[in-house]
This record gives sequence, structure tokens and C-alpha cells, in this order.
Amino acid sequence: MQRPIQAIYHGSVKSKLLILTSLFLLLVLLTLYAVSQGAVEVALPELLAILSGRASDEMTAYIVYEIRLPRMVMSIITGVSLACAGAIMQAILRNPLADPFTLGVSSGAAFGAALAIVAGTSVFGINLVSSGQWMIALNAFVFGCLAVGAVYGIAKLKNSSTTVLLLAGVAIGQLFSAGVSGLKFFSNNEALKDLVVWLMGGFWGAKWQVLHILLPLVIISLVLLLKYAWDLNSLCAGEDVARTLGVNVKQVRWVCLLLVTLMASVTIAFTGIIGFIGLVAPHISRIIIGTDYRFLLPCSCLMGALLLLLSDTAARMVLSPIEIPVGIITALFGAPFFVYLLLKKRKDYWA
Amino acid sequence: MYMQVKDLSIKYGTKMILKQIQMNLQKGEVASIIGPNGAGKTTLLKSMASIIPVERARIWIKDRDIRSYSANELAKTLGYVPQHTAFGYPLTVLETVLLGRKPYMQWNVTAHDLEVAGAIMERLQLAEMAQRYMDELSGGERQKVLIARALAQEPEILLLDEPTSALDIRHQLEVLELVRQLALQQQVLVVLIMHDLELAARYSDRVFLLQQGQIYASGRPEEVFTSANMEQVYGVKVEIGQGSSGLKLTATLPESR
Repeated sequence: MQRPIQAIYHGSVKSKLLILTSLFLLLVLLTLYAVSQGAVEVALPELLAILSGRASDEMTAYIVYEIRLPRMVMSIITGVSLACAGAIMQAILRNPLADPFTLGVSSGAAFGAALAIVAGTSVFGINLVSSGQWMIALNAFVFGCLAVGAVYGIAKLKNSSTTVLLLAGVAIGQLFSAGVSGLKFFSNNEALKDLVVWLMGGFWGAKWQVLHILLPLVIISLVLLLKYAWDLNSLCAGEDVARTLGVNVKQVRWVCLLLVTLMASVTIAFTGIIGFIGLVAPHISRIIIGTDYRFLLPCSCLMGALLLLLSDTAARMVLSPIEIPVGIITALFGAPFFVYLLLKKRKDYWA
Repeated sequence: MYMQVKDLSIKYGTKMILKQIQMNLQKGEVASIIGPNGAGKTTLLKSMASIIPVERARIWIKDRDIRSYSANELAKTLGYVPQHTAFGYPLTVLETVLLGRKPYMQWNVTAHDLEVAGAIMERLQLAEMAQRYMDELSGGERQKVLIARALAQEPEILLLDEPTSALDIRHQLEVLELVRQLALQQQVLVVLIMHDLELAARYSDRVFLLQQGQIYASGRPEEVFTSANMEQVYGVKVEIGQGSSGLKLTATLPESR
């Protein structure tokens, strides 16, 4: 005979696993659909044949393997990375408005990219699409980390409280934004166009080479972060209580922020600034699966991947053959949906 | 000696918050810390919980310096229930109680963890609301859940910061009865911060009266609750009598007669 509490607990775990499984299946289906859609439509039987290595047409196989799949995987991994980063930031900073960019990664990265695009392309005449992509990514990554480093430093000088972290993030963010505005002002038309497109974010640069860097990094960070699930749950009860529950609050906070910064900065270095996903995916997940980070974290990742892949597919198809920057789509469809969820929800948990 | 505070002083900047506090606490007793606002009660409790770090060997549990305990070791020895609970993202009641098993758990919740949590929830009549979210509960229910979380740590020492201040009289009595049972039946050392002096007198074995960071008086309730002590520390006139269930205190401001 099972005791009631046991039954309740196992029941809730089962339903949460069910949610995760359904989201995963949905993601697989959406990926298949997204790969089949585009300028060249690939019917499902043909697609399955190609994926199982029995390609009848080499051209189609090339499109699937070298163009579409990298792009789909890229948007999935970006969604995973940003949503995971957002969920962690919201827990560590204890602020529902926090997202992966709260501590200045995005403004730093934008400044780095702007520097590469404006100075790089005009001075050295480097082509944006080929070798330039790596330069932009490297620059974005370095400056993204630099910005967050400055924010951490300021917080450490004071008292390492979350409030100081948040405010320092705002200040440093503004500083780098001013830098971006300055570079925009002094750039020529062509560089300006490139910069604006980069700032809106997109997956034009998706290649297997890039994924070889991103995939292991995101997966390792995710596993490490999952190990902190109970610590993150404890932090929901307040820092004092977390401490008396045996959590090393300082260590958890710094390790998590470090991993999240790494994930977010590497990802946006290749995609540009893709906003909103990192804020919204964790909130939607909280509504459907609850606050327990053992389940919330994977759920946020799947949700982020789904939303971003959906947005990217829409971005490719709505005005085909023109591709809209995916950042526009995420905000355009995501914002109203989010507002709807907010209004419909049982209670506001940030009151 | 079970828990000792030896000559503890704490300073914020130049301001002394606690001055040379001495406490010797026994297994299975209920000790109350009382005193006016700003006397340093919460600071004292937080240093006893090791939330506020103590610089030298001032606090001892079972003849060991509290600083020699690892975080998990301390979490298995000592439970703490804060005064204000700020809500982040709400957990369910069951999840909150399971948090108390944190020092014992890796990633998975074991059958034993569930058994402990379940037994405590049944004892506090929380099993019914296991699936409800913390922000949907009343103040009294919430306080019970927080105590349940601390009890799930299976602590030998329980520290509570004003556990009754937000509760109606029925819930106040329930919480204090529970605390007394824990001390009697499981030999838990309970340290409470209390504002209600009559309840403190009724439920405590020992009372520590704090004034401006110092212990002004300590001892059995009837030794501490004297007109002279009350007037000196709180600045009010107090008539003390015997009620049917304990001391009866009637306080008046000195200027109103």
C-alpha cells in the first residue's frame, strides 16, 4: 500500500515527465516540418530517405544536410541556451524581469560586433559572410564577457548583493549602448546595414563548424547547471533559509552566473541579439510545469527551442523568399502571447 | 551543555549590535528571546543559525565550534524559520517541505525523504494541501509549512524568529503547543523570538530579556517578568498577576494614570 504523500509526489513527477516528453516530440515534429519547408520543398518520404542516408538526389541532400539542418539545429541550440540562461538568471537575481542579457552580455556583445563590422569591414575590407563572421563572433564574445566581468567587479566591490548586480548591469549596458550608437553614427551605409541586421539577430551564419563549438559547450553547461537544481529551489525560499538548508549561496551564485554568461555570450556571438526568448520561455514553463528546477530547467530549454524554431520557420516563410530577422518575429508573436498568459494566469507570483 | 553562546559581540560599522552575550541552552528546553524593537534579537538568532558569520569561536553546539560544522552538517543539526518570508516563485507545499530534505538529498527524492516529509505533514495537518501553492495559503497555514520544512531537516535545534507574530490567536496557540511537544517528546532545543510576553511566559522554560544588545535578565519566566525589569527595559508600567494558565501582564504607559 502506498502512502498518500508518496502517491501525490510520484503522480506529479509522472505528469511533469509527460509534459517534457510531449514537448520533445513536438520539437522533433517541428524540426522535420521546418527542414522540409523552403524554396525547395522536400516531401516527408524523401526527407526521411535522405536522413537515413538513402538520398536519391544529391542536390536535395546537400540542401538538407548543409543548409537546412545546421540552421534548425542552430535555432534549437540557441533557444535552449537562451532559455536556460534566462531561467537561471531569474532564480539567481530573484527577479522575474531578469533575462540572459540583464548583466550586460548583449550590450557588450553588440559593441564588439559593431567594432568588428564598422571598423573591420571598412578598414580592412573583410567580407562579412566568410572570415568576417568569425571575427565578429570573437569580438562579440570577448566584449560580452568584458561587460559582464565589469558588472561582477562592481558588485564585488560593493557587497555582491543582487540589487547591486542588477543596477551595475543597467549602467554598464548603457555605457556599451552609447558605444554602439557612436559606431552607428560614424559608420558608412553598408556597414550600418550589416550592423543593424546583426543586432536584430538571425541564423544566416549557421554552419556545422559553428555548431561543433556551440553544441558541446551548451550541453556541458546545461548538465552542470542541472546539478544545482535543488540549490536553485532553495534560493526560492530566500538566501538566509537557503544557507540554513546547507546551500553555499555564494558559490552557487557565481558558478551559475559564470556558466550562464558563457552560454549566452558564445551563442549570441554567432546569432546576434535575439531577445525575448530568454525572458519568456522560463515564464511559460513555470506556468505549465511549476517552479521545481529539476523539471523547470529542461522544460525551459525545450520551450525556448520550440519557440525559436517556430519563429525562425515563420521568419523564413512569411515573406518568402525574403527572410525577416528572427528577432522581429519572436517579439511580434511572442509578446501578445505572453501578455495573454499573464492575464490568464491564476495569480501573479511577483507581487 | 548542548548549545552555548560565549561572550558574543557583533558590530555593524561602529555600532555595537550585540554585547557579550552569554547563553547556555539545554536539550529539550524552550527558550524565548524577548526585548524591545532594535534590541538585537534577530541578529542574535541569525548568528546562532550561522547566517551572520561569527568571527571567533563564540557559538558552540555539542562542544564543537559552530564554524567547524560543514554547511550540510549544520543543516542536519539546526533548523531555522525566518520572520518574513519573501516569496520568489512559489513552490507547492510538498515541494517546500521537501526542501528541508536538501541536506540529505542528491538529485533524487528517496522513499525515505518522502516518508519523513509525509509524516511531518500529517502531524501538522498539511497533507491535505500538499499540492497547493505557497502563495495561496493563509498566514497561519504558511507558517506551519515553514515549520514543517525546518522539521524535515530532522534538526536537534530549532530556531524560530517571531513564529506567532502574523497569526490569529488560535494559530498562535497551535504553533506554540507544537513547539512545546517537540521539546518534550523529541528533546529538540527550541529557541524562539517572542513579542507576546504572556505567551512567552506560558510556553518557555527560560527567558532571555535583551536590552540594547545586552542580556538584561535571564532565567525562569517568573524571575524575568518583574515590574522592575519591564519598566527598565520596555519603559512601561506592568502589573503582574497570576492568571489561571500562567502569568498575567497588564502594561500601561507611565504618563497615563
